[in-house]
Amino acid sequence: MDIHEYQAKELLHRFGVPIPRGGAAYSSDQAVYVATELGGWHWAVKAQIHSGARGKAGGVKLCRTYHEVAEAAKAMLGTCMVTAQTGPAGKMVSRVYVEMAEPFEREIYLGFVLDRKAERIRVIASGAGGMEIEEIAHARPETILQVEVEPAVGLLPFQARQIAFGLGLNLKQVSQAVATMLGCYRAFRDLDATMVEINPLVVTKDDRVIALDAKMSFDDNAIFRRAEIAEMRDVTQEDPREAQANQLGLNYVGLDGDIGCIINGAGLAMATMDMIKYAGGEPANFLDVGGGASPERVKQAFDLVLSDKGVRAILVNIFAGINRCDWVAQGVVQAARDLRVPLIVRLAGTNVEEGQRIVRESGLAIITAETLAEAAHRAVAAARAHREAA
Amino acid sequence: MSILIDQTTRVIVQGFTGDKASFHAKEMIAYGTNLVGGVTPGKGGQRHLDRPVFNTVKDAVETTGAEASLAFVPPAFAADALMEAADAGLRLVCVITDGIPAQDMMRVKRYLKRYARERRTTIVGPNCAGIISAGRAMLGIMPGHIYLPGNVGIVSRSGTLGYEAAAQMKALGIGVSTSVGIGGDPINGSSFLDHLARFEEDPETHAVVMIGEIGGPQEAEAAQWAKENMRKPVIGYVAGLTAPKGRRMGHAGAIISAVGDTAAEKSEIMRSYGLHVAPSAAELGTTVAQALALVA
Repeated sequence: MDIHEYQAKELLHRFGVPIPRGGAAYSSDQAVYVATELGGWHWAVKAQIHSGARGKAGGVKLCRTYHEVAEAAKAMLGTCMVTAQTGPAGKMVSRVYVEMAEPFEREIYLGFVLDRKAERIRVIASGAGGMEIEEIAHARPETILQVEVEPAVGLLPFQARQIAFGLGLNLKQVSQAVATMLGCYRAFRDLDATMVEINPLVVTKDDRVIALDAKMSFDDNAIFRRAEIAEMRDVTQEDPREAQANQLGLNYVGLDGDIGCIINGAGLAMATMDMIKYAGGEPANFLDVGGGASPERVKQAFDLVLSDKGVRAILVNIFAGINRCDWVAQGVVQAARDLRVPLIVRLAGTNVEEGQRIVRESGLAIITAETLAEAAHRAVAAARAHREAA
Repeated sequence: MSILIDQTTRVIVQGFTGDKASFHAKEMIAYGTNLVGGVTPGKGGQRHLDRPVFNTVKDAVETTGAEASLAFVPPAFAADALMEAADAGLRLVCVITDGIPAQDMMRVKRYLKRYARERRTTIVGPNCAGIISAGRAMLGIMPGHIYLPGNVGIVSRSGTLGYEAAAQMKALGIGVSTSVGIGGDPINGSSFLDHLARFEEDPETHAVVMIGEIGGPQEAEAAQWAKENMRKPVIGYVAGLTAPKGRRMGHAGAIISAVGDTAAEKSEIMRSYGLHVAPSAAELGTTVAQALALVA
């Protein structure tokens, strides 16, 4: 789960990470109010969307007057901002963040990730801040400094010092950078983050070290014990169908194709989508209905898949282990009563004969398949026929 | 022979008295698993499924001589249960639980390193379908009837895709020695490589099927290791060619976020290390048959 920059900054600040003073605003009037409260002469107005690369998309404006603050907020709020990371649909800007502008001398990259190979938290830093880490890795790999954190003891001050000195900071800056790194690490650990990124961490003329931007992602599996983080979820930043699926406890990812997929098991779902592609079609979605696919759940899955108006056929592929085919078949037959697109069903595993009998005797025009390959080919053919008939 | 478990392995269930655990415990007993008891804190001294219930894993081990467990514990308590099992000296724990926080698993992995390699617990999973030694014993939730006893090992991140492979092989008359689900989480107890090494040493396993998916470095590591260390053929498949970048595909670990994470890259790496790569999931069985024909 992702959160906004201003939320990440608020969290990190509590762990001792220095940030510029600022506040969130939902209207241009509010933005001006925040600026007046902050005082000073220069402010940055920043669109709050779950995406990086906002600067190039016009999502960050430096303002010198209250009028400029109002204009910048007005230009951003209510728009769908498209950045290099959002995809063509963009993300809705429903709030902006207004903060004191800090002139700086140096930009540093600082990141914390969960390293799957080492099975540890890894700290990554580079003196070439301001660029995306992928760009740094490509263009300036020699600037990248890294340490792995031993989970039993956590990030140790000497490790943070190694990085800070490695970045060429002076003594005054080193102690602040160390405090920042230790704070980020504690936030990562205590809040079940999967990523913390400060890009850039800046050094000001008067030797202050400040997090100018901040990004945090959290482990979906740990949200149950992080109520405060759960409340930060902004569903306007998510695909509406995915947000709805999330509510229902289903795993759904929307794609661009026209064959809707309802499958049990994430691996089988991915493999079935690949099979559709292999057979010359395009999957409309990923959907794992999970182990205990009750008739209600199957109905919800159908509704979700059909809420994508581009769907021209639905492929149900269930390999029953925990769940039984007859149980799933009952759900499919109920959900398929007033279906307006072709339905292809492949059942295998526990109680398969009974499941197939229920489908056969339903009197519905359900296309059945015995194997994965058959199912995919029939779905592709049915979608094509349906498209041509329409 | 088989790897990890057989009909003599003394097994307990952690979270024994829960509904799902009870259902699957019955299935395991029916399959022939030597289930000697279970653990549910607070229910020690009771009997369940005609077997003793213990408050702690330590008690269960002392009384029954258990060597392995199936953990059916909710996500919030799963890491604790795994460390309890390690402390009690179980050789093997298979954890079905989906939804364990990644940092909990990180701590569990670190905790296991407290013990010398000879007595270190092997964790299989989490978020997996379990382990089955066909015709002998089952430590998991799979439908036992789809596995024909035989000589091909299966190691898979996905449960249902592992079923798919076993069923396709059965249809061709090819049997399974042991099938292991390593689970779909980003940090898991044991890796593809760990189990390839076990299969390489198992005289009854003649070939191994490795079923991966997008995300993480494990498939590539295992493929390289297989090239350098294995005499037995390895059949590979990676799901998720159509998966978009940066999106989580159901499994917590199935996300393309780094170089080498895509299905196309992993399949290519497998091919470059000499694995027999199935072009699609529908050709898992036939690819195994072809690989076996080459060594016969």
